[in-house]
Amino acid sequence: MRASLAPAILPQRFAEWFASRGWSARPHQLEMIEAARARRHALLIAPTGGGKTLAGFLPSLIALADRKRSGLNGDRPLHTLYLSPLKALAVDVHRNLEQPIAEMGLDITVEARTGDTNAAKRQRQRLHPPDILMTTPEQLALFCAWEGARTYFANLDTVIIDEIHAIHGSKRGDLLNLGLARLQTLSPGLRRVGLSATVNDPDMLRRWLAPQSPNPSSDEDGLADVILGAAGAAPRVDVLISRERVPWSGWTARHAMAEVYDAIRSAGVTLVFVNTRFQAELTFQMLWEVNEDALPIALHHGSLAAEQRRKVEAAMARGELRAVVCTSTLDLGIDWGGVDLVIQLAAPKGSARLIQRIGRANHRLDEPSRALLVPAHRFEMLECQAALEAVAANDLDGDLARTGGRDILAQHIMGCACSEAFDADDLYGEVRSARPYAELARSEFDRVVDFVSTGGYALHAYDRFRRIVKGQDGRWRVRNAETAQRHRLNVGAIVDIPMLSVRLASSRAGKRVGGRKIGEMEEGYIEQLTPGDTFLFGGQVWRFETVSGLDALVTPAPGAEAKTPSWGGSKFALSTYLAARVRQMIADEPHWAVLPTDVQTWLAAQKTHSAIPSTDEMLVETFQRGQRAYLVCYPFDGRISHGTLAHLLTRRLERAGCAPLGFVANDYALAIWALRPMDGLDLDALFQEDMLGDDLESWLDESFMMKRTFRQCATLAGLIERRSLGAEKSGRQVTFSSDLIYDVLRRHQPDHLLLDCARSDATSGLLDIGRVGRLLARIKGRLRPMRLTRVSPFAVPVLLEIGREPVAGAAADAILNLAADELIAEAMSSEPVVSSRLPA
Amino acid sequence: MSVWRDRVCERSGALLTELGGVSAALRPSGALWLTELGVLAVGDLHLEKGSAYAARGQLLPPFDTADTLNRLEGEVEALSPTALVLLGDSFHDRRALSRLSRADAERIAGLGRGRSLIWIVGNHDEEGLQAAFGTGGDGLPGELASELSVGALTLRHEPGDGAPGEVCGHLHPCAKVVRAGRSVRRRAFVTDGLRLILPAFGAYAGGLNVRDAAFNGLFARTPLVGALGDRRVYALPFGTLSGD
Repeated sequence: MRASLAPAILPQRFAEWFASRGWSARPHQLEMIEAARARRHALLIAPTGGGKTLAGFLPSLIALADRKRSGLNGDRPLHTLYLSPLKALAVDVHRNLEQPIAEMGLDITVEARTGDTNAAKRQRQRLHPPDILMTTPEQLALFCAWEGARTYFANLDTVIIDEIHAIHGSKRGDLLNLGLARLQTLSPGLRRVGLSATVNDPDMLRRWLAPQSPNPSSDEDGLADVILGAAGAAPRVDVLISRERVPWSGWTARHAMAEVYDAIRSAGVTLVFVNTRFQAELTFQMLWEVNEDALPIALHHGSLAAEQRRKVEAAMARGELRAVVCTSTLDLGIDWGGVDLVIQLAAPKGSARLIQRIGRANHRLDEPSRALLVPAHRFEMLECQAALEAVAANDLDGDLARTGGRDILAQHIMGCACSEAFDADDLYGEVRSARPYAELARSEFDRVVDFVSTGGYALHAYDRFRRIVKGQDGRWRVRNAETAQRHRLNVGAIVDIPMLSVRLASSRAGKRVGGRKIGEMEEGYIEQLTPGDTFLFGGQVWRFETVSGLDALVTPAPGAEAKTPSWGGSKFALSTYLAARVRQMIADEPHWAVLPTDVQTWLAAQKTHSAIPSTDEMLVETFQRGQRAYLVCYPFDGRISHGTLAHLLTRRLERAGCAPLGFVANDYALAIWALRPMDGLDLDALFQEDMLGDDLESWLDESFMMKRTFRQCATLAGLIERRSLGAEKSGRQVTFSSDLIYDVLRRHQPDHLLLDCARSDATSGLLDIGRVGRLLARIKGRLRPMRLTRVSPFAVPVLLEIGREPVAGAAADAILNLAADELIAEAMSSEPVVSSRLPA
Repeated sequence: MSVWRDRVCERSGALLTELGGVSAALRPSGALWLTELGVLAVGDLHLEKGSAYAARGQLLPPFDTADTLNRLEGEVEALSPTALVLLGDSFHDRRALSRLSRADAERIAGLGRGRSLIWIVGNHDEEGLQAAFGTGGDGLPGELASELSVGALTLRHEPGDGAPGEVCGHLHPCAKVVRAGRSVRRRAFVTDGLRLILPAFGAYAGGLNVRDAAFNGLFARTPLVGALGDRRVYALPFGTLSGD
């Protein structure tokens, strides 16, 4: 049916090109062209390999193929803007687009622009815009702050947002959406196109993509059209059931490495996904230990030097590799044609992420992708099984819609003022057309404008230092050129974690200096090392020598034993959705039969020695072990929510006189240990929702997590500068300490905009307080207490985490106390002080 | 070296010590209290540092002066000193005095009532203070000095030649402790029993790590570091502290 329409929709030259490649235009590609003709915003949802990118660009290529050059230099205004969250993707798609353009002999210029593009090229792009510009959201924020943005984008026809599912629910997405609103004002006829992987709630994305109006005329107003690509063949997912015993805990799947290697050997090209950089390093090392056939296996993660990553990517593109061990840096878009197997080591944490990762394998849509899940321990066994069933049912975990950050809005407003004078009423309307800000009250908007102008302080001390000024004509402008320059230097939504460059140590004139750069590490990790410590990086073992300025100097230590990092595990927490599935699986005894024998035995043992909770109960076990009393509960709500809950519980236990010493939490459980038994406590009172009131407030105020959140907000909002004019210094040298500001603000203006911002962030993301609230509501009155005389089988995995994880629950003063005690100990005895160990 | 822990005052949280034969309490606020002499000393207030940044485009909360004065008034009220000594860099720069609000100027005047108030000249505020105390100046309360002798002690802004009994500021010492996977950085007193360096008292004063080279050669023997905790001062061995 569609075939007869094809000649009409697809111009001759294009139809010929498709034929020359042995392709026929797919239905969704044709629908995209039709949507373009009708000037409708469109969201394309298709799995990877479905010709999504080409579908996104076809309308622009068709329009541009016929566009004539004009003007003195044959300059044409920018026609299409393509945005992708990854720099590498922008560059990659650029390369792929050049092919049809060259093969069809089209007169279309395409350029890429990222943070890495050199100044001369940027200048040229400004003066002589290409037809299609591929860039990142950070660059868009910069464009919005250009003087002359209005002219540059006046004729913008299309904006394409790639991997929209990955960016929408974040501050980056907020900033991007505000940028779209601005572009829409500058070019009212602008058409928006979104390219997405499969998601749980397409309507949410349709709404996010389209401009919002305050008075929608119908239900479909404010929603982009949705076009569906053909679903691929269902992925073939297996869970690796190792011949070795599944361990009790840990996150490296070490026990199964030989079998993982076998799988790699039998496949063509494999991607081995892990959740953290450290897992990547360890896995890489372990694979090479069993690599008898000397297969070319590479490593790829975000901390490696850019040059190293490029090498791996290029080797992959040339088909020279058999496997790559990687983290989420390769999660998004880049098309690796030859991958036929995806191995996920340790649990995937979410079904959506898993499905997207599986989508990397095998680009022939009609052939099923193959994936292998390798759980690291018994609970993960359950998680993998749950994920498997979710994939089979094509069930995806959902994303919650978010309200746009006001710190981001502040940055955007400043950018607008740098570009041209704005009228507050007009800008308010424009901002509200961006979905994350559709519900923004005018008073709140004014509050943000006031913040941008004077810092928003109750003490009106800074009127004469205003950063943006309201003129006689009632419009706001940036104070001066220098202020605008400062803004442009600091634009963007990615707040850097303080990083140090890892360099080879060498000597120059007797001094230790940094040589070749190997990569980057978080300052927080380097801090924990003492000179002489060895660690894994880039697949090799290094000895840490010293920190010199911004560099961590290391020397190679081949053959040395690498020290196990003290690291908080995965940055992803178990999704609510998978957690629910795992709870169900545990409660459903007949269903245990699909699980490996190991795990069945373990579940049966738990039933005998303690209890198996039903789906809406929460099991709470108490027992004594040596000198310590333990309380272990199983909310199955994800590591982050457990961490927050544990902090709050600890405060209550303190007040109850139990003298809690610390806690540890993973995705399934949390364990608190104390000096005095906790089995006699009123558990219902302990877990009551009101702990989210005063307890939460006071803990939040003191917590260092809150300070970190505040730091992010203050930086994004432009209160603190990351980069200063005329200085090339790192964040930690020049940036004013946000902790000092936080303390002073808390004491003098607790309702300041940025404190509100930080609190909102804590409520959702970082501390997942919203999730904790829902958890407490769910378990209210449904606790299943078990007083045990010894450790239960369920408790073993989480208890084994003690000693691997930092001791949480310790306030700053407790840390100082630990150090002070050493002085006493040293003074009292002649033996060297031993650092704190596991509780007995 | 004596064991310091049992010399923390339960009530005030101060670390009790002796310098040049004079009893000294190193208070959790960062102030030095010479108990028998009734002298309270604080260093590096850096008043109006917030507004200095604002003038250059970073609109830091303008509450630092008020905050610093709050804490200073708190100490004065708790201890009723006969003399209050400000150990230099009391103002962040030479124009700071002119940016001071009337209310804050009043509070400073109040600090000088009923006691001696001595402003020791620092490197940041020398010009401003000279102007204030010169003819036709703004009339700050108290007196100006480049250093002050109290008993066997010499109070000055910057560390001098190492004569024993010296108390100074200027360096804004901070101690960094890394334990159990966490790192904590706090302002701190540093002393070897012969010389004492005070932490900066100002809300925005910031700090320099005691392991930084700037502290080399200042102490005759390995110093003790008193880190400011929430309610008490923690005595820490210098050797276990981390650099930045």
